[in-house]
Amino acid sequence: MLSCSALTLAAPGRVLARGLDFTVRPGEVWAVLGANGSGKTTLIHALGGLAPEHAGTVALDGAPLSSLGAHARAARVGILLQQEDAVFWGSVLDYVLLGRFPHASAWLGWQGPDEEAARAALAAVGLAEYAARVYSTLSGGERQRARVAQLLAQDPQVLLLDEPLQHLDLRHQVAVLELVGALASARGRCVLMVLHDALWPARFCSHALLLHAGGVVEHGTAREMLTRERLERLYSCPLQEIESKGARFFAPV
Amino acid sequence: MSRPVALFASFCALAAASLFGALLFGAFPISATQLLDSIVFPIPGLVHDVIWQLRAPRAAAAFACGGLLALAGALLQVLLRNPLADPYVLGISSGAALGALMAVVAGAGAAVMNAAALAGALAALAVVFAVGVRAGDWNVYRILLTGVVLSAGLAALVSLTLVVAAQGQLRGMLFWLMGDLAYAGNPLAAWIVLIVVGGLAVAHAVKLDLLTLGDLKARSLGAAVKPLQLALFAAAAIATVAAVLLAGSIGFVGLMVPHAVRLMGVTHHRMLLPLAILLGGSFLTLADTAARTVLAPQQLPVGVLTAIVGVPVMLFLLGRKRAQL
Repeated sequence: MLSCSALTLAAPGRVLARGLDFTVRPGEVWAVLGANGSGKTTLIHALGGLAPEHAGTVALDGAPLSSLGAHARAARVGILLQQEDAVFWGSVLDYVLLGRFPHASAWLGWQGPDEEAARAALAAVGLAEYAARVYSTLSGGERQRARVAQLLAQDPQVLLLDEPLQHLDLRHQVAVLELVGALASARGRCVLMVLHDALWPARFCSHALLLHAGGVVEHGTAREMLTRERLERLYSCPLQEIESKGARFFAPV
Repeated sequence: MSRPVALFASFCALAAASLFGALLFGAFPISATQLLDSIVFPIPGLVHDVIWQLRAPRAAAAFACGGLLALAGALLQVLLRNPLADPYVLGISSGAALGALMAVVAGAGAAVMNAAALAGALAALAVVFAVGVRAGDWNVYRILLTGVVLSAGLAALVSLTLVVAAQGQLRGMLFWLMGDLAYAGNPLAAWIVLIVVGGLAVAHAVKLDLLTLGDLKARSLGAAVKPLQLALFAAAAIATVAAVLLAGSIGFVGLMVPHAVRLMGVTHHRMLLPLAILLGGSFLTLADTAARTVLAPQQLPVGVLTAIVGVPVMLFLLGRKRAQL
C-alpha cells in the first residue's frame, strides 16, 4: 500500500501541486493524467524516492519511504523511467538481470533464481528469443519492452510506470497494460502509471489522478474522474466520448 | 568452459608468457635454459644479476603500469559514461608532466622531480574535483569537461616549459610526454595499488554494471550512486597517479584495452576488470620488451610502440564486428 500525505510537487521556480493526499491499495491501477509539464514525472520520482527533499511524506505500508535504505526501497518499489541514458554494453538478458540487484547478493552475483526470473520476465514481454542479443542493437519498442521486463524481474510491490507505452505498437501497448493489470489483480501489486492516451485509462485503470494546470489535483475512481468535461478541461482540447461494447473511449473531435 | 573463463585462462597464460619474454629478451643474450635455471636454482652471477636486478623490476613495472592504466580506463568509462574516457581525462598526466618538467628546468634531481610530478598530478586532481565534483549538483559531464579543459591548459604550459628548457634537458623531458619505462622506479607501490584498487573494484563490479544504466536508474534499483561515483573517481585517480609516476603518460592502453575486452564479448565488470588488468599488463610488458630490443642498443619510448602495435589491432577488432561502443 502506497500512500502520500501533504505531498508538494515542485519544479525549479514553480509549485506543480500542493497538499497531495491519496492511497494506492493493493490491486488498484491508477492512471496519472495531465498536460505536458504538469508534474507527472515529478510525481513518479517523488513516490519512488528519487526526488530530493520534498514537502510531505510518502509511506509504504505506513512506514515513511525515507526511512528505508535505497536497497530495501528498491526491493519494494520499482520505477519504469520515462528516459534512460544508458551506455549499456551487455546483452538483453544482462540488462534485465540488473533488475534483480535489490534481491541478489552483491558478492555472489546472479544466482539461478535470478536468471530464471529474468528469463520469465523476458518471455512475458515476448523477448525470450532476444536474450542473447546486444541490448544496444534493439529497436526503440524492443528496448521499451526490455525495460518493462527489467521491472518485472525486480518484482516490486509497488510499480510506478512513467509512460510505459512509449515506442510500443498497439499490440504491445495492450500486452503491457494487460500484464500490469494482471500483476495488480492476481498478485495484489499497487500500480500507478502515467498515460498520455485518453484511449486506455477508462479500460485498464481502476482509479485516475488528474494534474490540472495551476496546481489543482483531482483523484478518484476511474468512473468518476474520466468524464468528457474533466478531460477536456485537463487537456484544453475538445473531445468526444465513444461507447462501444461496454467500454468508453475519448478521442479529439 | 564459458567464454569469460576461457579468456581468463588464456590471458593468464599470456601474462606469464609476457613476463617470461621480458626476462628472456634484451641486449645481453640469455637462453631459455639459463633463465629457467635462474628461476629454479638462483646462482649469483652476471646472468642472475641481469635477470633479477635489471629486467625483473622493469618487467614488474611494465605489467603493473599496464594493468593500472587498463583498470583506470575501465573505471572512468563507467564513471563518465563515455567510451572515449581514458585515464588522462582527469588531467593527471598533464599535471604530473608539468610538475616534473618544471623541476627539470629548475635543475632539480630525480627525487625532487618525482615529488614535483606527484604534486602536479594532485594539483590537477584537486582542480577537477573542486570544479567538477564539488560545485553544486554532481555532474559527470562537468568532470569530463573540466578535465579536458584543464589538460589543454596544462599541455600549453608543458609546451612553454619545453621551449624555455635547455637543449640538453629535452631528451629526458620526453619521458614524461611519451611514456617510457627506462626510468621507472621501484614498482612495489604500483603493485599494491593495483591489487587493492583492482580487488575492491571487482568486489563491487555489479554496481558498476548498474551505473552504466544512468544515475537515476541505478538509484531506482537501490544503488547509492553518489558514494559510488566518489569511490570510482578516487580509485581511478589513485590508479592513474601510480601509473604516471612509474612511467609518464603511456597513451592508448587505458582507452583501448577495456574496449578490446568488450569486443571479445565480455561486458560484466566482474570479468571485464580482471581481464582488462591482465591484458593491459601483458600488452605493456610485451610492448616494453619490444621497445628495449627492436632497435637495441637504442631504447624506444614504449608509448610510441603501444600506439604502433595497438592501433592496427584495435582497428581490426572494430572492423571485424558490428562494434557496440
